[in-house]
Amino acid sequence: MADTAAMAWRQYRLERKLFWRNPSAAFFNFLLPLLFLAFFGAILHGNQHDLNVIVPGIAGMSVMSTTFTALAFNMTFLREQGVLKRIRGTPMPGISYLAGIAGNAITNTALQIAIITVAGRLFFGTGWPRDWGELLLFVAAGVVCFASLGVAFSHAIPNFDSAPAYVNAVFLPVIFISGVFYDAARAPGFIKGIAQALPLKHLIDGLSGAMVKGTSIATNVSALGVIAAWAVLGVALAVRGFSWEQRRS
Amino acid sequence: MRCVPECAIEVHGLRKSYGEFEAVRGIDFEVRRGEVFGLLGPNGAGKTTTVEILEGYRARSEGTVSVLGFDPGGRSRALRARVGIVLQSTGLYRHIRVREAVAHFGAMYPHPRDVDEVVELTGLAGKEDALARTLSGGQLRRLDLALALVGDPELIFLDEPTTGFDPAARRNAWDTIRSLKQLGKTVLLTTHYLDEAQALADRVAIIKDGRILIEGAPQELGADGGPARYRVAYRNGDGSVNERQTDDPTTLLHELTGAALARGERLEGLSVTRPTLEDVYLELTSKEPAGG
Ligand SMILES: Nc1ncnc2c1ncn2[C@@H]1O[C@H](COP(=O)(O)OP(=O)(O)OP(=O)(O)O)[C@@H](O)[C@H]1O
Ligand SMILES: [Mg+2]
Repeated sequence: MADTAAMAWRQYRLERKLFWRNPSAAFFNFLLPLLFLAFFGAILHGNQHDLNVIVPGIAGMSVMSTTFTALAFNMTFLREQGVLKRIRGTPMPGISYLAGIAGNAITNTALQIAIITVAGRLFFGTGWPRDWGELLLFVAAGVVCFASLGVAFSHAIPNFDSAPAYVNAVFLPVIFISGVFYDAARAPGFIKGIAQALPLKHLIDGLSGAMVKGTSIATNVSALGVIAAWAVLGVALAVRGFSWEQRRS
Repeated sequence: MRCVPECAIEVHGLRKSYGEFEAVRGIDFEVRRGEVFGLLGPNGAGKTTTVEILEGYRARSEGTVSVLGFDPGGRSRALRARVGIVLQSTGLYRHIRVREAVAHFGAMYPHPRDVDEVVELTGLAGKEDALARTLSGGQLRRLDLALALVGDPELIFLDEPTTGFDPAARRNAWDTIRSLKQLGKTVLLTTHYLDEAQALADRVAIIKDGRILIEGAPQELGADGGPARYRVAYRNGDGSVNERQTDDPTTLLHELTGAALARGERLEGLSVTRPTLEDVYLELTSKEPAGG
């Protein structure tokens, strides 16, 4: 057990090092959401209503991009390259390896949420989060949900070359309909309906409650329920479909 | 054949189907501890399939296999700690450094070898700080070997380990493999280089279409009664080369030299060549499969 944890830690440290060595991963996973934040923050300067929407919106998008997008890409790459297969031939427990990879993604999530939180206080007039516990809870729920969905989604991606197309075909529509950039309440009905069924809008609602509105967890408990339901589905699909080797097409 | 005290690898009646297609069709072999065993055979013969079943990557369809006393299908961690694997093709993180990779993989094993020693042994000295993505194909392959050896395994699977090596690198790899043998390690090697098999393997099996055609020590396979024949060559009076094949070089030489002496001539450029592993291999594998 101690051994399993030690190996997970070692893998995590390696993943962190490699993450910063890969400029494009660092850019897309890390800087892009912050650039969005700076950009919209500048445009919406002085418009507190919209800033109150964009800060939790970008926070929700960050959770999704650092977990869902990053893991769908990484798992596809590692599987296609045969890194997973190579690891599978060593005595390192699979769970240690996956924990290292997931830990890497979660660290990016935590860093981004921290930066967005500080930026909200310093630049965007949203102040400190009203409820830190609620913030933590929703970020954690979002991480589990989107990380597992990312791993599950990687099973549907045939090869690394097509990974950007597959991932963006999900990521872009979801962030547009889920109210990352505008108040979702103003969207047309059928878009609202779709967004309502997906987890990101609920994550943003929860984050908004925690960071800006100060609504209690009780108000957003149904949002948490939807995220949890997707998380259950994500974990089930991630585990069931998991393969260490690329299937032959 | 029984191994004393125990075989490193035992394979009995092994079969593997991919859907309708049967890639391995009932093979049996044993690898003794401390032995270098070569699996030879043309593309698609079933070598990688067999090796990856022994490594625990693929499930067998039929038969029994035992690796260091374990069923590899059970994927025991204790077994993996004692086995090193060079896969036919695998990648690595693009942004990892050579020494970092060797150290990282070493740390997965209970009793790893010294990292610098392994780097040196696999000919990667001077490349310690290079990123994997900047290595040449042959250097990456050496890194594969380094990662397989750093855990100090008892049993090493090498699936075409020297493909892409320059001639000097190949000789170095041979020395490395010999050094493993000296350390008492067991090696299961597949290769398309027959000189490599001849140089390294204590015994080889030639497989084709999922069946073992012949098995034995490389020098025995070419011996009398084997599938390939001696070649006797000499020059005719007009300088053209005459080559004959025979199972019985003694008689043939007697006839040829007798006739030449009777004519008062000499057999210029006379040579008798024992069949090499390559002759045996080509003889056996060039035949069309029976009924297929
Ligand atoms: N995963 C798979 N699915 C379907 N067929 C497969 C699979 N793996 C191997 N085969 C088929 O099984 C046969 C044996 O393949 P294998 O890779 O074992 O050959 P090999 O002897 O290692 O060949 P090579 O020398 O080219 O590496 C081939 O005809 C191959 O096409
Ligand atoms: Mg092969």
